[in-house]
Amino acid sequence: MEQYLQLIINGLVVGSIYSLVALGFVIIYKATKVVNFAQGELVMVGAYICFALTVQFQLPFLAAFLITLFFSIILGLCIERLALRPLIGEEGISVIMVTIALSSVLKSLVQLIWGHDLQVYPQMLPTEPIWIAGLPVAPVYIAALILSGLLFAVFTLFFKYSRVGIAMRATAYDQQAAQSMGISVKNIFAMSWCIACVVSSIGGLILGNINGIDPHLGHLGLAVFPAVILGGLDSLAGAALGGLLIGIIENVCDGAAMQLFDIGGFKEVAAFVVLVIILMVKPYGLFGTEEIERV
Amino acid sequence: MSHVLKVENLEVVYNDVVLVLKGLSLSAEQGKITALLGANGAGKSTTLKAISGLLETEDGEVTDGAILYDGKPIHGTHPEKIVRQGIFQVMEGRRIFEDLTVEENLRCGAYTRPRSEFSGDMEKVYDYFPRLKERRKQLAGYMSGGEQQMLAIGRAVMAHPKLLLLDEPSLGLAPILVEEIFDIVQRINQQENCTVLLVEQNARAALSVASYGYIMENGRIVLDGKGSELLTNPDVQEFYLGMGAGGKKSYRDVKHYRRRKRWLG
Ligand SMILES: Nc1ncnc2c1ncn2[C@@H]1O[C@H](COP(=O)(O)OP(=O)(O)OP(=O)(O)O)[C@@H](O)[C@H]1O
Ligand SMILES: [Mg+2]
Repeated sequence: MEQYLQLIINGLVVGSIYSLVALGFVIIYKATKVVNFAQGELVMVGAYICFALTVQFQLPFLAAFLITLFFSIILGLCIERLALRPLIGEEGISVIMVTIALSSVLKSLVQLIWGHDLQVYPQMLPTEPIWIAGLPVAPVYIAALILSGLLFAVFTLFFKYSRVGIAMRATAYDQQAAQSMGISVKNIFAMSWCIACVVSSIGGLILGNINGIDPHLGHLGLAVFPAVILGGLDSLAGAALGGLLIGIIENVCDGAAMQLFDIGGFKEVAAFVVLVIILMVKPYGLFGTEEIERV
Repeated sequence: MSHVLKVENLEVVYNDVVLVLKGLSLSAEQGKITALLGANGAGKSTTLKAISGLLETEDGEVTDGAILYDGKPIHGTHPEKIVRQGIFQVMEGRRIFEDLTVEENLRCGAYTRPRSEFSGDMEKVYDYFPRLKERRKQLAGYMSGGEQQMLAIGRAVMAHPKLLLLDEPSLGLAPILVEEIFDIVQRINQQENCTVLLVEQNARAALSVASYGYIMENGRIVLDGKGSELLTNPDVQEFYLGMGAGGKKSYRDVKHYRRRKRWLG
Protein backbone atom coordinates (compact mmCIF):
# COMPACT_ATOMS: atom_id res chain seq x y z
CA MET A 1 0.00 0.00 0.00
CA GLU A 2 2.67 2.39 1.06
CA GLN A 3 4.45 1.76 -2.17
CA TYR A 4 1.38 2.85 -4.12
CA LEU A 5 1.02 6.01 -2.06
CA GLN A 6 4.59 6.77 -2.97
CA LEU A 7 3.79 6.16 -6.61
CA ILE A 8 0.80 8.48 -6.40
CA ILE A 9 2.95 11.22 -4.94
CA ASN A 10 5.54 10.78 -7.67
CA GLY A 11 2.69 10.79 -10.15
CA LEU A 12 1.32 14.03 -8.75
CA VAL A 13 4.68 15.73 -9.10
CA VAL A 14 5.32 14.56 -12.64
CA GLY A 15 1.65 15.22 -13.36
CA SER A 16 1.90 18.81 -12.18
CA ILE A 17 4.67 19.31 -14.72
CA TYR A 18 2.54 17.72 -17.40
CA SER A 19 -0.21 20.10 -16.36
CA LEU A 20 2.03 23.10 -16.92
CA VAL A 21 3.15 21.93 -20.31
CA ALA A 22 -0.42 20.98 -21.20
CA LEU A 23 -1.47 24.47 -20.19
CA GLY A 24 0.93 25.90 -22.75
CA PHE A 25 -0.34 23.55 -25.40
CA VAL A 26 -3.99 24.36 -24.69
CA ILE A 27 -3.42 28.11 -24.70
CA ILE A 28 -1.87 27.94 -28.15
CA TYR A 29 -4.56 25.63 -29.41
CA LYS A 30 -7.37 27.70 -27.97
CA ALA A 31 -6.13 31.03 -29.25
CA THR A 32 -4.65 30.08 -32.60
CA LYS A 33 -6.07 26.61 -33.37
CA VAL A 34 -2.49 25.43 -33.92
CA VAL A 35 -1.62 21.95 -32.66
CA ASN A 36 1.89 22.50 -31.39
CA PHE A 37 4.06 19.45 -31.85
CA ALA A 38 7.06 21.30 -30.49
CA GLN A 39 5.67 21.71 -26.99
CA GLY A 40 8.03 19.11 -25.52
CA GLU A 41 11.01 20.78 -27.17
CA LEU A 42 10.06 24.10 -25.59
CA VAL A 43 10.33 22.30 -22.25
CA MET A 44 13.74 21.02 -23.22
CA VAL A 45 15.03 24.41 -24.36
CA GLY A 46 13.91 26.05 -21.13
CA ALA A 47 15.58 23.36 -19.06
CA TYR A 48 18.86 23.74 -20.95
CA ILE A 49 18.88 27.51 -20.78
CA CYS A 50 18.42 27.42 -17.04
CA PHE A 51 21.08 24.71 -16.81
CA ALA A 52 23.53 26.81 -18.78
CA LEU A 53 22.90 29.84 -16.61
CA THR A 54 23.25 28.03 -13.30
CA VAL A 55 26.06 25.61 -14.14
CA GLN A 56 28.04 27.18 -16.95
CA PHE A 57 27.60 30.82 -15.95
CA GLN A 58 27.39 30.13 -12.21
CA LEU A 59 24.46 32.47 -11.64
CA PRO A 60 22.37 32.17 -8.51
CA PHE A 61 19.24 30.16 -9.18
CA LEU A 62 16.76 33.00 -8.83
CA ALA A 63 18.64 35.09 -11.40
CA ALA A 64 18.87 32.10 -13.71
CA PHE A 65 15.16 31.49 -13.28
CA LEU A 66 14.23 35.05 -14.20
CA ILE A 67 16.58 35.18 -17.18
CA THR A 68 15.15 31.87 -18.39
CA LEU A 69 11.65 33.36 -18.26
CA PHE A 70 12.80 36.40 -20.14
CA PHE A 71 14.48 34.25 -22.74
CA SER A 72 11.32 32.17 -23.09
CA ILE A 73 9.28 35.26 -23.85
CA ILE A 74 11.74 36.25 -26.56
CA LEU A 75 11.69 32.72 -27.94
CA GLY A 76 7.90 32.75 -28.03
CA LEU A 77 7.87 36.06 -29.87
CA CYS A 78 10.44 34.84 -32.40
CA ILE A 79 8.64 31.57 -33.07
CA GLU A 80 5.33 33.30 -33.58
CA ARG A 81 6.74 36.07 -35.74
CA LEU A 82 9.09 34.00 -37.90
CA ALA A 83 7.50 30.58 -38.12
CA LEU A 84 3.78 30.92 -37.53
CA ARG A 85 2.66 34.36 -38.63
CA PRO A 86 3.60 33.87 -42.28
CA LEU A 87 1.26 30.88 -42.21
CA ILE A 88 -1.84 32.62 -40.89
CA GLY A 89 -4.72 31.53 -43.06
CA GLU A 90 -2.86 28.49 -44.44
CA GLU A 91 -4.19 24.97 -44.12
CA GLY A 92 -3.92 23.14 -40.82
CA ILE A 93 -1.53 20.52 -42.18
CA SER A 94 1.07 23.09 -43.26
CA VAL A 95 0.99 24.64 -39.83
CA ILE A 96 1.40 21.25 -38.19
CA MET A 97 4.39 20.51 -40.42
CA VAL A 98 5.95 23.78 -39.32
CA THR A 99 5.62 22.90 -35.64
CA ILE A 100 7.12 19.47 -36.32
CA ALA A 101 10.00 21.13 -38.13
CA LEU A 102 10.37 23.50 -35.24
CA SER A 103 10.68 20.58 -32.83
CA SER A 104 13.50 19.07 -34.93
CA VAL A 105 15.31 22.37 -35.20
CA LEU A 106 15.15 23.03 -31.47
CA LYS A 107 16.28 19.53 -30.66
CA SER A 108 19.25 19.65 -33.02
CA LEU A 109 20.28 23.04 -31.71
CA VAL A 110 20.28 21.76 -28.15
CA GLN A 111 22.32 18.69 -29.11
CA LEU A 112 24.72 20.87 -31.04
CA ILE A 113 25.33 23.17 -28.10
CA TRP A 114 25.13 20.82 -25.11
CA GLY A 115 25.70 17.34 -26.49
CA HIS A 116 23.76 14.16 -25.78
CA ASP A 117 24.78 13.34 -22.24
CA LEU A 118 22.71 13.57 -19.16
CA GLN A 119 23.44 16.81 -17.31
CA VAL A 120 22.54 17.45 -13.72
CA TYR A 121 21.52 20.66 -12.02
CA PRO A 122 23.34 21.67 -8.87
CA GLN A 123 21.50 20.60 -5.74
CA MET A 124 19.55 23.62 -4.56
CA LEU A 125 17.19 22.24 -2.02
CA PRO A 126 18.12 19.96 0.87
CA THR A 127 18.00 16.27 -0.03
CA GLU A 128 16.79 15.29 3.41
CA PRO A 129 13.21 14.08 2.86
CA ILE A 130 10.28 15.71 4.54
CA TRP A 131 7.91 13.25 6.22
CA ILE A 132 4.28 13.65 5.24
CA ALA A 133 1.79 11.20 6.72
CA GLY A 134 4.55 8.72 7.33
CA LEU A 135 5.95 8.93 3.81
CA PRO A 136 9.28 10.45 2.88
CA VAL A 137 8.93 13.16 0.22
CA ALA A 138 11.86 14.98 -1.36
CA PRO A 139 11.72 18.76 -0.82
CA VAL A 140 12.21 19.33 -4.53
CA TYR A 141 8.95 17.46 -5.13
CA ILE A 142 7.11 19.70 -2.77
CA ALA A 143 8.66 22.78 -4.35
CA ALA A 144 7.60 21.51 -7.75
CA LEU A 145 4.01 21.05 -6.63
CA ILE A 146 3.86 24.45 -5.02
CA LEU A 147 5.40 26.20 -8.01
CA SER A 148 3.03 24.65 -10.52
CA GLY A 149 0.05 25.22 -8.26
CA LEU A 150 1.05 28.84 -7.98
CA LEU A 151 1.40 29.22 -11.72
CA PHE A 152 -2.05 27.76 -12.28
CA ALA A 153 -3.50 30.19 -9.78
CA VAL A 154 -1.78 33.09 -11.53
CA PHE A 155 -3.07 32.08 -14.94
CA THR A 156 -6.57 31.46 -13.67
CA LEU A 157 -6.64 35.00 -12.31
CA PHE A 158 -5.06 36.32 -15.49
CA PHE A 159 -7.73 34.81 -17.73
CA LYS A 160 -10.54 35.75 -15.40
CA TYR A 161 -9.70 39.34 -14.55
CA SER A 162 -7.05 40.92 -16.74
CA ARG A 163 -7.96 42.82 -19.85
CA VAL A 164 -5.55 40.90 -22.03
CA GLY A 165 -6.61 37.57 -20.53
CA ILE A 166 -10.25 38.25 -21.31
CA ALA A 167 -9.31 39.45 -24.79
CA MET A 168 -7.46 36.17 -25.32
CA ARG A 169 -10.54 34.17 -24.43
CA ALA A 170 -12.66 36.37 -26.68
CA THR A 171 -10.24 35.86 -29.56
CA ALA A 172 -10.31 32.12 -28.96
CA TYR A 173 -14.07 32.19 -29.29
CA ASP A 174 -14.44 34.46 -32.32
CA GLN A 175 -11.42 36.05 -33.97
CA GLN A 176 -13.27 38.40 -36.26
CA ALA A 177 -15.61 39.64 -33.55
CA ALA A 178 -12.59 40.22 -31.31
CA GLN A 179 -10.97 42.19 -34.08
CA SER A 180 -14.10 44.28 -34.47
CA MET A 181 -13.60 45.54 -30.92
CA GLY A 182 -10.07 46.68 -31.58
CA ILE A 183 -8.30 43.61 -30.22
CA SER A 184 -5.20 42.93 -32.27
CA VAL A 185 -5.37 39.24 -33.09
CA LYS A 186 -1.68 39.20 -34.02
CA ASN A 187 -0.70 40.44 -30.59
CA ILE A 188 -2.93 37.86 -28.98
CA PHE A 189 -1.26 35.10 -31.00
CA ALA A 190 2.17 36.32 -29.98
CA MET A 191 1.04 36.50 -26.38
CA SER A 192 -0.16 32.88 -26.49
CA TRP A 193 3.20 31.66 -27.74
CA CYS A 194 4.98 33.63 -25.04
CA ILE A 195 2.85 32.12 -22.31
CA ALA A 196 3.29 28.64 -23.75
CA CYS A 197 7.06 29.07 -23.82
CA VAL A 198 7.18 30.42 -20.30
CA VAL A 199 5.13 27.65 -18.70
CA SER A 200 7.04 25.01 -20.65
CA SER A 201 10.37 26.42 -19.55
CA ILE A 202 9.27 26.38 -15.97
CA GLY A 203 8.15 22.79 -16.38
CA GLY A 204 11.54 22.03 -17.90
CA LEU A 205 13.58 23.56 -15.16
CA ILE A 206 11.57 21.82 -12.46
CA LEU A 207 12.09 18.56 -14.24
CA GLY A 208 15.79 19.33 -14.62
CA ASN A 209 16.04 19.85 -10.88
CA ILE A 210 14.42 16.49 -10.25
CA ASN A 211 15.85 14.20 -12.91
CA GLY A 212 18.60 16.03 -14.69
CA ILE A 213 18.28 16.77 -18.40
CA ASP A 214 19.14 15.23 -21.72
CA PRO A 215 17.93 15.90 -25.26
CA HIS A 216 15.19 13.26 -24.83
CA LEU A 217 13.39 15.63 -22.53
CA GLY A 218 11.40 16.69 -25.56
CA HIS A 219 9.59 13.36 -25.47
CA LEU A 220 7.65 14.84 -22.63
CA GLY A 221 5.54 16.34 -25.38
CA LEU A 222 4.26 12.84 -26.08
CA ALA A 223 3.02 12.38 -22.55
CA VAL A 224 1.31 15.72 -22.71
CA PHE A 225 -0.87 14.68 -25.63
CA PRO A 226 -2.90 12.21 -23.61
CA ALA A 227 -3.14 14.84 -20.89
CA VAL A 228 -4.62 17.51 -23.12
CA ILE A 229 -6.87 15.16 -25.00
CA LEU A 230 -8.09 13.74 -21.75
CA GLY A 231 -8.83 17.20 -20.43
CA GLY A 232 -10.42 18.34 -23.67
CA LEU A 233 -8.19 20.23 -26.08
CA ASP A 234 -9.52 23.65 -25.20
CA SER A 235 -9.99 23.64 -21.46
CA LEU A 236 -7.46 25.09 -19.03
CA ALA A 237 -8.93 23.32 -16.04
CA GLY A 238 -8.95 20.18 -18.16
CA ALA A 239 -5.25 20.62 -18.87
CA ALA A 240 -4.52 20.85 -15.17
CA LEU A 241 -6.55 17.82 -14.26
CA GLY A 242 -5.54 15.81 -17.33
CA GLY A 243 -1.88 16.39 -16.52
CA LEU A 244 -2.23 15.26 -12.92
CA LEU A 245 -4.30 12.23 -13.89
CA ILE A 246 -1.87 11.10 -16.55
CA GLY A 247 1.02 11.54 -14.14
CA ILE A 248 -0.65 9.39 -11.52
CA ILE A 249 -1.94 6.78 -13.99
CA GLU A 250 1.51 6.39 -15.51
CA ASN A 251 3.24 5.86 -12.23
CA VAL A 252 0.66 3.62 -10.64
CA CYS A 253 0.20 1.42 -13.70
CA ASP A 254 3.94 1.19 -14.15
CA GLY A 255 4.38 0.12 -10.56
CA ALA A 256 1.54 -2.36 -10.74
CA ALA A 257 2.78 -3.91 -13.96
CA MET A 258 6.19 -4.27 -12.43
CA GLN A 259 4.94 -5.84 -9.27
CA LEU A 260 2.26 -8.14 -10.69
CA PHE A 261 3.65 -9.18 -14.05
CA ASP A 262 7.25 -8.15 -13.80
CA ILE A 263 6.93 -6.03 -16.96
CA GLY A 264 8.96 -2.85 -17.13
CA GLY A 265 8.35 0.24 -19.25
CA PHE A 266 4.59 0.11 -19.06
CA LYS A 267 4.65 3.83 -18.23
CA GLU A 268 4.52 5.18 -21.75
CA VAL A 269 1.69 2.88 -22.80
CA ALA A 270 -0.50 3.18 -19.74
CA ALA A 271 -1.55 6.76 -20.39
CA PHE A 272 -2.63 6.00 -23.93
CA VAL A 273 -4.62 2.94 -22.93
CA VAL A 274 -6.56 4.91 -20.35
CA LEU A 275 -6.97 7.71 -22.85
CA VAL A 276 -8.61 5.45 -25.41
CA ILE A 277 -11.02 4.11 -22.81
CA ILE A 278 -12.02 7.57 -21.61
CA LEU A 279 -12.48 8.93 -25.11
CA MET A 280 -14.84 6.08 -25.91
CA VAL A 281 -17.06 7.33 -23.10
CA LYS A 282 -16.50 11.08 -23.48
CA PRO A 283 -15.38 11.94 -27.01
CA TYR A 284 -14.70 15.61 -26.18
CA GLY A 285 -12.52 14.80 -23.20
CA LEU A 286 -13.49 15.45 -19.63
CA PHE A 287 -13.89 19.22 -19.99
CA GLY A 288 -13.81 19.93 -23.71
CA THR A 289 -16.55 22.16 -25.05
CA GLU A 290 -18.65 21.29 -28.01
CA GLU A 291 -20.66 24.46 -28.11
CA ILE A 292 -23.04 26.16 -25.80
CA GLU A 293 -26.54 25.02 -26.55
CA ARG A 294 -29.09 27.69 -25.79
CA VAL A 295 -32.32 26.47 -24.22
CA MET B 1 -24.36 69.97 -42.90
CA SER B 2 -21.23 67.91 -42.52
CA HIS B 3 -20.64 64.33 -43.37
CA VAL B 4 -18.54 62.20 -41.02
CA LEU B 5 -18.41 59.45 -43.54
CA LYS B 6 -18.23 59.60 -47.30
CA VAL B 7 -18.00 56.52 -49.45
CA GLU B 8 -17.21 57.27 -53.07
CA ASN B 9 -17.50 54.84 -55.98
CA LEU B 10 -16.47 51.93 -53.83
CA GLU B 11 -15.56 48.69 -55.53
CA VAL B 12 -14.97 45.55 -53.51
CA VAL B 13 -13.75 42.18 -54.76
CA TYR B 14 -13.75 38.95 -52.77
CA ASN B 15 -11.09 36.28 -53.37
CA ASP B 16 -9.70 38.34 -56.26
CA VAL B 17 -12.65 37.39 -58.48
CA VAL B 18 -16.11 38.14 -57.12
CA LEU B 19 -17.04 41.77 -57.66
CA VAL B 20 -19.57 42.57 -54.95
CA LEU B 21 -19.65 46.36 -54.68
CA LYS B 22 -19.77 48.06 -58.04
CA GLY B 23 -19.19 51.72 -57.50
CA LEU B 24 -21.20 52.37 -54.37
CA SER B 25 -21.46 55.89 -52.99
CA LEU B 26 -23.12 57.08 -49.83
CA SER B 27 -22.53 59.42 -46.96
CA ALA B 28 -23.55 59.66 -43.33
CA GLU B 29 -24.39 63.01 -41.85
CA GLN B 30 -22.85 63.98 -38.53
CA GLY B 31 -25.05 63.07 -35.57
CA LYS B 32 -27.80 61.51 -37.67
CA ILE B 33 -29.02 58.00 -38.38
CA THR B 34 -28.56 56.90 -41.97
CA ALA B 35 -30.23 53.71 -43.17
CA LEU B 36 -28.83 51.35 -45.78
CA LEU B 37 -31.44 48.94 -47.09
CA GLY B 38 -31.46 46.17 -49.64
CA ALA B 39 -32.29 42.57 -50.34
CA ASN B 40 -30.19 39.59 -49.28
CA GLY B 41 -26.82 39.55 -50.93
CA ALA B 42 -27.02 43.16 -52.11
CA GLY B 43 -23.71 43.91 -50.41
CA LYS B 44 -24.80 45.77 -47.28
CA SER B 45 -22.60 43.88 -44.86
CA THR B 46 -19.73 44.11 -47.31
CA THR B 47 -20.11 47.88 -47.31
CA LEU B 48 -19.88 48.03 -43.52
CA LYS B 49 -16.90 45.70 -43.45
CA ALA B 50 -15.12 47.82 -46.02
CA ILE B 51 -15.59 50.84 -43.76
CA SER B 52 -14.54 49.09 -40.54
CA GLY B 53 -11.60 47.36 -42.20
CA LEU B 54 -12.87 43.88 -41.33
CA LEU B 55 -12.88 43.02 -45.01
CA GLU B 56 -9.17 42.29 -44.66
CA THR B 57 -9.99 39.25 -42.53
CA GLU B 58 -12.23 37.79 -45.23
CA ASP B 59 -10.02 37.97 -48.26
CA GLY B 60 -11.99 40.92 -49.53
CA GLU B 61 -10.32 43.94 -51.07
CA VAL B 62 -11.25 47.48 -51.95
CA THR B 63 -10.16 47.75 -55.56
CA ASP B 64 -11.43 51.21 -56.36
CA GLY B 65 -13.03 54.26 -54.83
CA ALA B 66 -12.52 55.96 -51.51
CA ILE B 67 -13.73 55.84 -47.93
CA LEU B 68 -13.38 59.18 -46.21
CA TYR B 69 -13.82 59.47 -42.45
CA ASP B 70 -13.69 63.02 -41.16
CA GLY B 71 -12.39 63.89 -44.60
CA LYS B 72 -9.42 61.52 -44.40
CA PRO B 73 -9.10 58.30 -46.40
CA ILE B 74 -9.13 55.27 -44.09
CA HIS B 75 -9.09 52.41 -46.48
CA GLY B 76 -6.14 50.08 -45.92
CA THR B 77 -6.02 50.85 -42.20
CA HIS B 78 -6.10 47.78 -39.93
CA PRO B 79 -9.43 47.21 -38.19
CA GLU B 80 -7.96 47.57 -34.70
CA LYS B 81 -6.70 51.05 -35.62
CA ILE B 82 -10.03 52.00 -37.14
CA VAL B 83 -11.77 51.12 -33.86
CA ARG B 84 -9.38 53.46 -32.07
CA GLN B 85 -10.31 56.22 -34.51
CA GLY B 86 -13.93 55.90 -33.40
CA ILE B 87 -15.62 53.58 -35.90
CA PHE B 88 -17.28 50.54 -34.35
CA GLN B 89 -19.13 47.86 -36.26
CA VAL B 90 -21.76 45.72 -34.58
CA MET B 91 -21.60 42.69 -36.82
CA GLU B 92 -24.50 40.82 -38.31
CA GLY B 93 -25.67 37.93 -36.15
CA ARG B 94 -24.62 39.60 -32.86
CA ARG B 95 -21.35 37.70 -32.58
CA ILE B 96 -21.20 37.88 -28.82
CA PHE B 97 -18.60 35.79 -26.99
CA GLU B 98 -20.84 33.05 -25.72
CA ASP B 99 -18.51 31.51 -23.19
CA LEU B 100 -17.72 34.85 -21.59
CA THR B 101 -20.04 36.50 -19.09
CA VAL B 102 -22.06 39.59 -19.97
CA GLU B 103 -19.64 41.77 -18.09
CA GLU B 104 -16.60 40.20 -19.74
CA ASN B 105 -18.20 40.86 -23.11
CA LEU B 106 -18.56 44.50 -22.16
CA ARG B 107 -14.91 44.54 -21.11
CA CYS B 108 -14.00 43.43 -24.61
CA GLY B 109 -16.03 46.30 -26.03
CA ALA B 110 -14.01 48.65 -23.83
CA TYR B 111 -10.71 47.11 -24.93
CA THR B 112 -9.47 50.32 -26.56
CA ARG B 113 -10.61 52.62 -23.73
CA PRO B 114 -8.80 53.68 -20.57
CA ARG B 115 -9.52 51.42 -17.60
CA SER B 116 -10.73 54.32 -15.49
CA GLU B 117 -13.80 54.78 -17.69
CA PHE B 118 -14.95 51.19 -17.42
CA SER B 119 -17.29 51.20 -14.47
CA GLY B 120 -18.96 54.45 -15.46
CA ASP B 121 -19.49 53.25 -19.01
CA MET B 122 -20.83 49.94 -17.80
CA GLU B 123 -23.45 51.73 -15.70
CA LYS B 124 -24.39 53.69 -18.78
CA VAL B 125 -24.91 50.48 -20.75
CA TYR B 126 -26.99 49.02 -17.92
CA ASP B 127 -29.01 52.19 -17.99
CA TYR B 128 -29.82 51.65 -21.67
CA PHE B 129 -30.36 47.92 -21.16
CA PRO B 130 -31.48 47.18 -17.60
CA ARG B 131 -31.95 43.54 -18.53
CA LEU B 132 -28.21 43.15 -19.04
CA LYS B 133 -27.58 44.27 -15.49
CA GLU B 134 -29.67 41.45 -14.06
CA ARG B 135 -27.64 38.98 -16.06
CA ARG B 136 -24.22 40.51 -15.79
CA LYS B 137 -22.52 37.49 -14.24
CA GLN B 138 -24.25 35.05 -16.56
CA LEU B 139 -22.63 33.40 -19.56
CA ALA B 140 -23.68 35.36 -22.61
CA GLY B 141 -24.39 32.19 -24.56
CA TYR B 142 -27.34 31.40 -22.34
CA MET B 143 -29.15 34.64 -23.05
CA SER B 144 -32.09 35.05 -25.41
CA GLY B 145 -31.53 36.39 -28.91
CA GLY B 146 -32.90 39.79 -27.92
CA GLU B 147 -30.65 40.05 -24.91
CA GLN B 148 -27.70 39.04 -27.02
CA GLN B 149 -28.48 41.84 -29.47
CA MET B 150 -28.64 44.27 -26.55
CA LEU B 151 -25.26 43.01 -25.41
CA ALA B 152 -23.82 43.45 -28.89
CA ILE B 153 -24.99 47.06 -28.96
CA GLY B 154 -23.91 47.55 -25.34
CA ARG B 155 -20.42 46.41 -26.26
CA ALA B 156 -20.35 49.08 -28.92
CA VAL B 157 -21.42 51.79 -26.47
CA MET B 158 -18.46 50.80 -24.26
CA ALA B 159 -16.13 51.81 -27.09
CA HIS B 160 -17.40 55.42 -27.33
CA PRO B 161 -17.87 55.26 -31.09
CA LYS B 162 -18.16 58.43 -33.14
CA LEU B 163 -19.54 56.39 -36.00
CA LEU B 164 -21.57 53.31 -35.17
CA LEU B 165 -22.14 50.72 -37.89
CA LEU B 166 -25.11 48.51 -37.07
CA ASP B 167 -25.67 45.42 -39.18
CA GLU B 168 -29.24 44.14 -38.98
CA PRO B 169 -29.95 44.67 -35.29
CA SER B 170 -33.54 43.46 -35.79
CA LEU B 171 -32.46 40.09 -37.14
CA GLY B 172 -34.62 37.34 -35.68
CA LEU B 173 -36.34 39.51 -33.10
CA ALA B 174 -40.04 39.71 -32.25
CA PRO B 175 -41.71 42.94 -33.47
CA ILE B 176 -42.07 44.36 -29.98
CA LEU B 177 -38.37 43.86 -29.33
CA VAL B 178 -37.48 45.41 -32.67
CA GLU B 179 -39.28 48.53 -31.56
CA GLU B 180 -37.46 48.56 -28.24
CA ILE B 181 -34.07 48.11 -29.86
CA PHE B 182 -34.70 50.87 -32.37
CA ASP B 183 -35.82 53.21 -29.61
CA ILE B 184 -32.57 52.59 -27.82
CA VAL B 185 -30.55 53.03 -30.98
CA GLN B 186 -32.19 56.43 -31.30
CA ARG B 187 -31.36 57.29 -27.70
CA ILE B 188 -27.76 56.21 -28.16
CA ASN B 189 -27.54 58.28 -31.31
CA GLN B 190 -28.68 61.38 -29.43
CA GLN B 191 -27.13 60.91 -26.01
CA GLU B 192 -23.76 59.58 -27.11
CA ASN B 193 -23.64 62.03 -29.96
CA CYS B 194 -22.69 59.28 -32.34
CA THR B 195 -23.51 59.03 -35.99
CA VAL B 196 -25.21 55.78 -36.97
CA LEU B 197 -25.11 53.89 -40.23
CA LEU B 198 -27.87 51.33 -39.96
CA VAL B 199 -28.13 48.31 -42.25
CA GLU B 200 -31.53 46.65 -42.19
CA GLN B 201 -33.88 44.21 -43.83
CA ASN B 202 -36.69 45.66 -41.78
CA ALA B 203 -37.11 48.73 -43.96
CA ARG B 204 -40.08 50.18 -42.16
CA ALA B 205 -38.45 50.16 -38.73
CA ALA B 206 -35.19 51.51 -40.13
CA LEU B 207 -36.74 54.32 -42.17
CA SER B 208 -38.86 55.45 -39.27
CA VAL B 209 -35.77 56.31 -37.25
CA ALA B 210 -33.42 57.30 -40.07
CA SER B 211 -33.14 60.84 -41.28
CA TYR B 212 -31.76 59.66 -44.59
CA GLY B 213 -31.86 56.34 -46.38
CA TYR B 214 -30.16 54.51 -49.21
CA ILE B 215 -31.47 51.50 -51.04
CA MET B 216 -28.99 49.21 -52.68
CA GLU B 217 -29.31 46.42 -55.19
CA ASN B 218 -26.53 44.31 -56.49
CA GLY B 219 -23.64 46.37 -55.23
CA ARG B 220 -24.97 49.82 -56.13
CA ILE B 221 -27.21 52.46 -54.63
CA VAL B 222 -30.41 52.57 -56.64
CA LEU B 223 -32.45 55.03 -54.65
CA ASP B 224 -31.83 57.49 -51.87
CA GLY B 225 -33.71 60.19 -50.03
CA LYS B 226 -34.98 61.42 -46.71
CA GLY B 227 -36.32 58.68 -44.46
CA SER B 228 -39.85 60.02 -44.55
CA GLU B 229 -39.78 60.38 -48.34
CA LEU B 230 -38.60 56.82 -48.86
CA LEU B 231 -41.33 55.55 -46.56
CA THR B 232 -43.95 57.02 -48.85
CA ASN B 233 -42.18 56.30 -52.12
CA PRO B 234 -44.38 53.89 -54.12
CA ASP B 235 -41.48 51.75 -55.35
CA VAL B 236 -40.12 51.37 -51.86
CA GLN B 237 -43.57 50.60 -50.53
CA GLU B 238 -44.05 47.95 -53.13
CA PHE B 239 -40.65 46.24 -53.00
CA TYR B 240 -39.48 46.74 -49.46
CA LEU B 241 -42.50 47.43 -47.33
CA GLY B 242 -44.74 44.74 -48.82
CA MET B 243 -47.54 47.17 -49.58
CA GLY B 244 -48.23 46.23 -53.20
CA ALA B 245 -51.46 47.92 -54.34
CA GLY B 246 -53.40 44.72 -54.96
CA GLY B 247 -52.91 43.03 -51.60
CA LYS B 248 -51.38 39.61 -52.15
CA LYS B 249 -48.70 39.36 -54.78
CA SER B 250 -49.45 37.41 -57.92
CA TYR B 251 -47.04 36.00 -60.44
CA ARG B 252 -47.65 39.09 -62.56
CA ASP B 253 -46.45 41.21 -59.70
CA VAL B 254 -43.36 39.11 -59.43
CA LYS B 255 -42.63 39.57 -63.11
CA HIS B 256 -43.26 43.24 -62.72
CA TYR B 257 -40.94 43.22 -59.76
CA ARG B 258 -38.21 41.61 -61.82
CA ARG B 259 -38.65 44.23 -64.50
CA ARG B 260 -38.58 47.01 -61.99
CA LYS B 261 -35.59 45.49 -60.33
CA ARG B 262 -33.73 45.45 -63.59
CA TRP B 263 -34.72 49.01 -64.15
CA LEU B 264 -33.67 50.02 -60.68
CA GLY B 265 -30.39 48.13 -60.94
N1 LIG C 1 -16.19 36.45 -47.40
C1 LIG C 1 -16.78 36.38 -48.60
N2 LIG C 1 -16.19 35.74 -49.62
C2 LIG C 1 -16.78 35.67 -50.83
N3 LIG C 1 -17.96 36.21 -51.12
C3 LIG C 1 -18.61 36.87 -50.15
C4 LIG C 1 -18.06 36.99 -48.84
N4 LIG C 1 -18.91 37.69 -48.08
C5 LIG C 1 -19.96 38.00 -48.88
N5 LIG C 1 -19.79 37.51 -50.13
C6 LIG C 1 -20.71 37.67 -51.24
O1 LIG C 1 -20.95 39.03 -51.44
C7 LIG C 1 -22.30 39.28 -51.72
C8 LIG C 1 -22.84 40.33 -50.77
O2 LIG C 1 -22.78 39.82 -49.46
P1 LIG C 1 -23.19 40.67 -48.20
O3 LIG C 1 -22.98 39.82 -47.02
O4 LIG C 1 -22.50 41.98 -48.24
O5 LIG C 1 -24.75 40.89 -48.46
P2 LIG C 1 -25.84 41.55 -47.55
O6 LIG C 1 -26.44 42.65 -48.31
O7 LIG C 1 -25.29 41.88 -46.23
O8 LIG C 1 -26.89 40.35 -47.41
P3 LIG C 1 -27.77 39.90 -46.17
O9 LIG C 1 -28.94 40.82 -46.12
O10 LIG C 1 -28.19 38.52 -46.53
O11 LIG C 1 -26.93 39.97 -44.97
C9 LIG C 1 -23.02 37.95 -51.61
O12 LIG C 1 -23.26 37.50 -52.91
C10 LIG C 1 -22.05 37.06 -50.90
O13 LIG C 1 -22.15 35.76 -51.38
MG1 LIG D 1 -25.54 41.17 -44.37
